[in-house]
Amino acid sequence: MVTRVYVPKDSTALSLGADEVVAALRKAKAPIEIIRTGTRGMLWLEPLVEVETSAGRIAYGPVSADDVPGLLAAGLLTGASHALRIGKPEDHPYLKTQQRLTFARVGIVDPSSVEDYIAHGGYRGLERALTMAPADIVKTVADSGLRGRGGAAFPTGIKWKTVLDQNEPQKYVTCNADEGDSGTFADRMLIEGDPLTLVEGMTIAGLAVNATMGYVYLRVEYPEAIDTLRAAIAAAYKAGYLGASIKGSGKCFDLSVRVAAGAYVCGEETSMLESLEGRRGEVRVRPPLPAIKGLFGKPTIVNNVISLASVPVILERGADFYKNFGVGRSMGTLPIQLAGNLKQGGLVERAFGVTLREVLYDYGGGSASGRPIRTIQMGGPLGAYIPPSDFDTPIDYEALAAVGALVGHGGIVAFDDTVDMAKMARYAFEFCAVESCGKCTPCRIGSTRGANLIDNLLAGNKPAEQRALLEGLCDTMLQGSLCGLGGMTPFPVQSAMKHFPEDFAPRGRH
Amino acid sequence: MSIVEANEVEQAAVESALQRFGQEPGPLLVVLHAVQDHLGYIPTTSIPAIAERLNLSRAEVHGVLTFYHHFRTHPQGRRVVQICRAEACQARGGEALEAHAKQCLGVDYHGTTADGGTTLEAIYCMGNCATGPSIRIDGKLHSHVTAARFDKLMATRGTH
Ligand SMILES: Cc1cc2nc3c(=O)[nH]c(=O)nc-3n(C[C@H](O)[C@H](O)[C@H](O)COP(=O)(O)O)c2cc1C
Ligand code: SF4
Ligand code: FES
Repeated sequence: MVTRVYVPKDSTALSLGADEVVAALRKAKAPIEIIRTGTRGMLWLEPLVEVETSAGRIAYGPVSADDVPGLLAAGLLTGASHALRIGKPEDHPYLKTQQRLTFARVGIVDPSSVEDYIAHGGYRGLERALTMAPADIVKTVADSGLRGRGGAAFPTGIKWKTVLDQNEPQKYVTCNADEGDSGTFADRMLIEGDPLTLVEGMTIAGLAVNATMGYVYLRVEYPEAIDTLRAAIAAAYKAGYLGASIKGSGKCFDLSVRVAAGAYVCGEETSMLESLEGRRGEVRVRPPLPAIKGLFGKPTIVNNVISLASVPVILERGADFYKNFGVGRSMGTLPIQLAGNLKQGGLVERAFGVTLREVLYDYGGGSASGRPIRTIQMGGPLGAYIPPSDFDTPIDYEALAAVGALVGHGGIVAFDDTVDMAKMARYAFEFCAVESCGKCTPCRIGSTRGANLIDNLLAGNKPAEQRALLEGLCDTMLQGSLCGLGGMTPFPVQSAMKHFPEDFAPRGRH
Repeated sequence: MSIVEANEVEQAAVESALQRFGQEPGPLLVVLHAVQDHLGYIPTTSIPAIAERLNLSRAEVHGVLTFYHHFRTHPQGRRVVQICRAEACQARGGEALEAHAKQCLGVDYHGTTADGGTTLEAIYCMGNCATGPSIRIDGKLHSHVTAARFDKLMATRGTH
């Protein structure tokens, strides 16, 4: 009998030697079939090898190529005990308490197999959508309470309704997979682990607004994801789920991947549209909204990967099902990404309302270094630094806003007490200077000036004056920037100065 | 390769990219990617041809080429090392790795070692943020890159 063995080809797993593990497994005497999957999201356990047994899938991890002969000898293929044996992955405390709706199949299925996708419940949302009028699809998404997961948290249903209402024969669905925020990898993990969920979500979006063409704008820094998504799209075409007549319905949807070129600002939606049109990624002045005049001047949906990938489950199980997760105006689930200095980094999909402390300590296991966590940054490089005194804040849009922080794309970067907050504030300015599209002066010039002011401040060069200048600069950037890059760079800077003033005291030269 | 032959290789790459992707809507980035994937860089001498065939001004093509960090107009070393500079890798010791790599190679970012062997590049997040510091060497991603591991990776893969 052939034993099935599952090994991720998620890029984090690859970076930890998953291909080498596969090569070692191929030397097994017993007949095995190796299936490459995404990751379950317990990244500290990668490479996580799973074996199909009569009792279900049994996991071992982290496995190195050198461990493989010993594992095989110990009875890996029958799920026998071993120091690296984890047991059933779904029983692991990290996964057991999660609420995986969007990530339900990630780490389980073969990402490029339509058959496997359908066997695990895929395409049920699309099947329902094919029987519905566009306005009803839009209403279902609106009723679900889904808000954009890319950062701005705008209600997805309202955006779709605007596009639907435009009387234009040509419309587009675009997916923002530029995922530039440090500490975020949910888009990558979904695309590498279950890309057909994104394909299905975009197809449903096309049906909802009568758009027949979709583009995924995907980060060039993610070569593995580019390959996986392209393979999945090809498989969907082959199986009749994309193209001129989706499953014989007479409705058309085409989908193509466009590779970005390493500019952070191109994650801003209008900059992304410029880039998709083949131009410099300079931010457009709004209005008009992309929903009215977007790609090539046509009405366009711009949504993040996770927003679109949440649509299939909403269509399949209904708006009420989805809405019943979460709290207040933050409905549904959020894939929280635990990054930086944490013992158990990975992806935790939970309903909104779980606290920062729970995710950092119950899931994250505290710092990787064993030192106290001094601060976290949530929401990417434009997110505020949050002190431990705010760790009991629930993760929901309004509660985080109340402490001056943001959900953003749901990434959390933890720092231990060796972090130098003045350095982090300086880095925020530096990053803004590197990535500014150059359209507004406060962002283009102010960012470099900000880094210099911090240098002067630390050098003890009239510190009170530098501090006042810094405050003034932050205000100018907040007020005078066209987009969030210039307009939000003050958030990490000001929060670092507010919560960690001791790090900004003048320093002796060393 | 002689200069004439090198020019022919460049022209062929540009021609092939234009043929394959010139008809796409908004094709410039797609074409530039294809050229760079093929040659490893985008020769500035190709700007006039690309501009003419895509019905753009040379300034537009040049503007796009210089806007995006990914595009480059010169060949890189035989080996390319990309180090993540972003926050989550910094939180795991990325800064020490950056300093170590610069010192070992004797170059700063965008620099190539004197023998033309290795080019060092900064990169801002590869989505490998839970197991940093992260680097790519010739496209292959690595996690937990301490200074010692960096030395080992450079030694084992170092066949320049
Ligand atoms: C500087 C900047 C970078 C951004 N980067 C991204 C990104 O990488 N991915 C993303 O989905 N949204 C990003 N956004 C937000 C987008 O502008 C936009 O709100 C989002 O793509 C809309 O999709 P959603 O409603 O599904 O979230 C960025 C915004 C700014 C200002
Ligand atoms: S704030 Fe910066 S990145 Fe945004 S539009 Fe202005 S210059 Fe461009
Ligand atoms: S911050 Fe380095 S890979 Fe994301």
